[in-house]
Amino acid sequence: MSSEHFKYPVFGQVDYFKYNNVASQLASHTPSPSHSQELGAKKRTVDPIVTGTSVIAIKYNGGVVMGADTLLSYGSLARFNNIERMKKFGKSTIIGAGGEYSDFQNLSQVLDDLVVDDGCTDDGTTLSTTEIWNYIARVMYNRRNKGDPYWNSLVVIGHDNNKSFLGKVDLVGTCYQDNFIASGYGSHIALPLLRKAYKEDMTLDEAKTLIQDCLRVLFYRDARSSRFIQLSIANADGLVITEQIALDTDKWDSGDSAKKKKNQDGRKKKNNYRNDSTQVILEYGHNVV
Amino acid sequence: MTSVGSGYDLSVSTYSPDGKIFQIEYASKAVENSGTVVAIRCKDGVVMGVEKILPSKMLCHGSNRRLHSIDLHIGIGIAGFLADARQLVNRARSEAKQYKSVYGQPIPIKVLAQRIASYNHVHTLYGSVRPFGCSITIAGIDSTGPQLFMIEPSGSCLGYYGTSMGKGKQAVKNELEKINFTEITAAEAVKTIAKIIYSVHDGDKDKDFELELSWITRESKIHQLVPKEIHDNAEAFAKQALEEANLI
Amino acid sequence: MYRNQYDSDITTFSPSGRIHQIEYAMEAVKQGSAAVALKSKKYAVLVSLKRSSSELGSYQKKLFVVDDHIGIAISGLTADARVLCNYMRNECSNYKYIYESDMRVERLITKVADKSQVHTQRYGRRPYGVGLLVAGYDQTGAHVYQTCPSGNYYSYKAISIGARSQSAKTYLEKYFDSFEQCDLKELIVHGLRALRETIPNTDTGLTTKNVSIAIVGEDQKFKIIEGDDTQDYLNLIESGEEAAQPMQQD
Repeated sequence: MSSEHFKYPVFGQVDYFKYNNVASQLASHTPSPSHSQELGAKKRTVDPIVTGTSVIAIKYNGGVVMGADTLLSYGSLARFNNIERMKKFGKSTIIGAGGEYSDFQNLSQVLDDLVVDDGCTDDGTTLSTTEIWNYIARVMYNRRNKGDPYWNSLVVIGHDNNKSFLGKVDLVGTCYQDNFIASGYGSHIALPLLRKAYKEDMTLDEAKTLIQDCLRVLFYRDARSSRFIQLSIANADGLVITEQIALDTDKWDSGDSAKKKKNQDGRKKKNNYRNDSTQVILEYGHNVV
Repeated sequence: MTSVGSGYDLSVSTYSPDGKIFQIEYASKAVENSGTVVAIRCKDGVVMGVEKILPSKMLCHGSNRRLHSIDLHIGIGIAGFLADARQLVNRARSEAKQYKSVYGQPIPIKVLAQRIASYNHVHTLYGSVRPFGCSITIAGIDSTGPQLFMIEPSGSCLGYYGTSMGKGKQAVKNELEKINFTEITAAEAVKTIAKIIYSVHDGDKDKDFELELSWITRESKIHQLVPKEIHDNAEAFAKQALEEANLI
Repeated sequence: MYRNQYDSDITTFSPSGRIHQIEYAMEAVKQGSAAVALKSKKYAVLVSLKRSSSELGSYQKKLFVVDDHIGIAISGLTADARVLCNYMRNECSNYKYIYESDMRVERLITKVADKSQVHTQRYGRRPYGVGLLVAGYDQTGAHVYQTCPSGNYYSYKAISIGARSQSAKTYLEKYFDSFEQCDLKELIVHGLRALRETIPNTDTGLTTKNVSIAIVGEDQKFKIIEGDDTQDYLNLIESGEEAAQPMQQD
């Protein structure tokens, strides 16, 4: 199977329980290397089971906004419809998680303990978002080196000491900061859109709209996503995670029908709004004015 | 004391002929030399106060804390050797964490108190260690409401409405007996404790002291130092009460 | 042979609730030469007196760098101090690896104190025979801490440990209220004057050979000043003597 050496979790392509391999190996009598999983070596989580999909976040003038849908999938089944994938840690940090949800729950407990210990010290300082992000990066990297990763990609936002923070850590421990970040399927679909649409000093409303547009496009393109989303905001006023928001996704006149519309107008709409962030996104998937 | 020089009082693993373990009693003596700690369990929370004696005037304000948070909902007050008590504080924090990871909910105060008491107790069983030279009060709110426990070097662990440890222990107990614990609120208890501590402080024997106050209320559900404004009010109230008492 | 029957064992309480072995370990700290620590709002300063065992030997180092923002002065058993210093360096380095930030000074001190306490409760161990003065700077400002063999630690505005440190303390107690507003130079001079009090009159006094100074603070990494570089400050003690008096009064 071509996906055998490539362990990126793509459902339907991964042979969970190695039925085929065990059978074929036994049949061929080829000696396996001693560390082979089939010979009884301890097997770790090699695939996520219950998963969340993309998380999108961008900095705006005065804070950071993050958005994610509230769906947990079991394979390709839309299993849980109303689960928060973003969680507060301490007074200034929110983490949005994609990937295996139970791993995120476990990691949450580790981080909650960290925050409680930090608070108990009561020395007038608390861990900053940057420090928490670094801590997570070390945990993720250590787990990956043990061959037992937390199967998540985590987007970390925060605001302390008048500074906004936006960073990401993935299951192999890679970590970076940026002005806008998209994880999971969003790193394929939404990131190119964000690159075009992002500008410095956006207002909160602009940033919120941009994230919702990205999530809407993802809803169209990503079969593991949902149109029910939440936004979370970190700024000088503190942390907010909104109630569930239903994206307006009734209009499916993209693709062929959209093409036809353009032809009827007889004009190329593209040129008129090349620099408008919302419109750039619209061309990829949606058509609202 | 008959124990001195008997040779039965040198190790915690030795009984005296009349069945006493003197090393535990000596450890309790270390507690009695310490600044007074008062704790009151009220109808809406628990309040603790410490008379923290300052060995030097060059110490920074707030150093050598004797009131610590264990988890969000639990605090500990210390009398006796501070260094010893910090080990218990660390132990309590990891017990609270461990309980939460196993059962998914905050540790009940009673469970924590009994676990720490066991830890104290094992230090009274072997000649290779010495007992902890400190007593602690554990205060918190759990599903059964406000709770207060005191743990002694022997490993004894008892629940209280009001208790005290350290130098002024006896004097404080007389004061505590006047309180109606089913009616008193945390806000009132803060003042009461401040007043008691100021009244039992022996200014001739001890140098300056700093008043430390912490509480947990049903409202906040978080153990923390009493906010500065309320603390200052309580302290002013205590000083005034002391002056009035002296005039009479 | 013993002063009393309760003082030979770390696991034995005396009838009055004291542990004599810990108290004796505290005495070891007084055997070392003096060290002084003091702080202003933005800076912490360590000053110490070095001894040499003979005229042919070098002077024993008293100040050690722990991290860019923390350093220590020691008094007592030097070998024990090296163990603790090494531990502190490791903790700072681990903290930096995990959080990519500087360890808060008090959190480090608490760890050192907890480590020291363990050595006071188990048979077969002995407490560390060394006291540390720790100067550090973090997001909550400049700090001066003292750690003891007993596992206690104290946060001070100014303090001194080691031989004849009481004389230095007397000086510091007289002036410590003014330290908060001092600039770095004034702080060092106060430190040196306090240190000078610990030297018997028969001795040569403070020289570039027997003095070492360390500073740390806002935009100032922990830095040890030794040898000829201390001359400028030593000059200030003498020359500023009269000038310093009016300064105290404002």
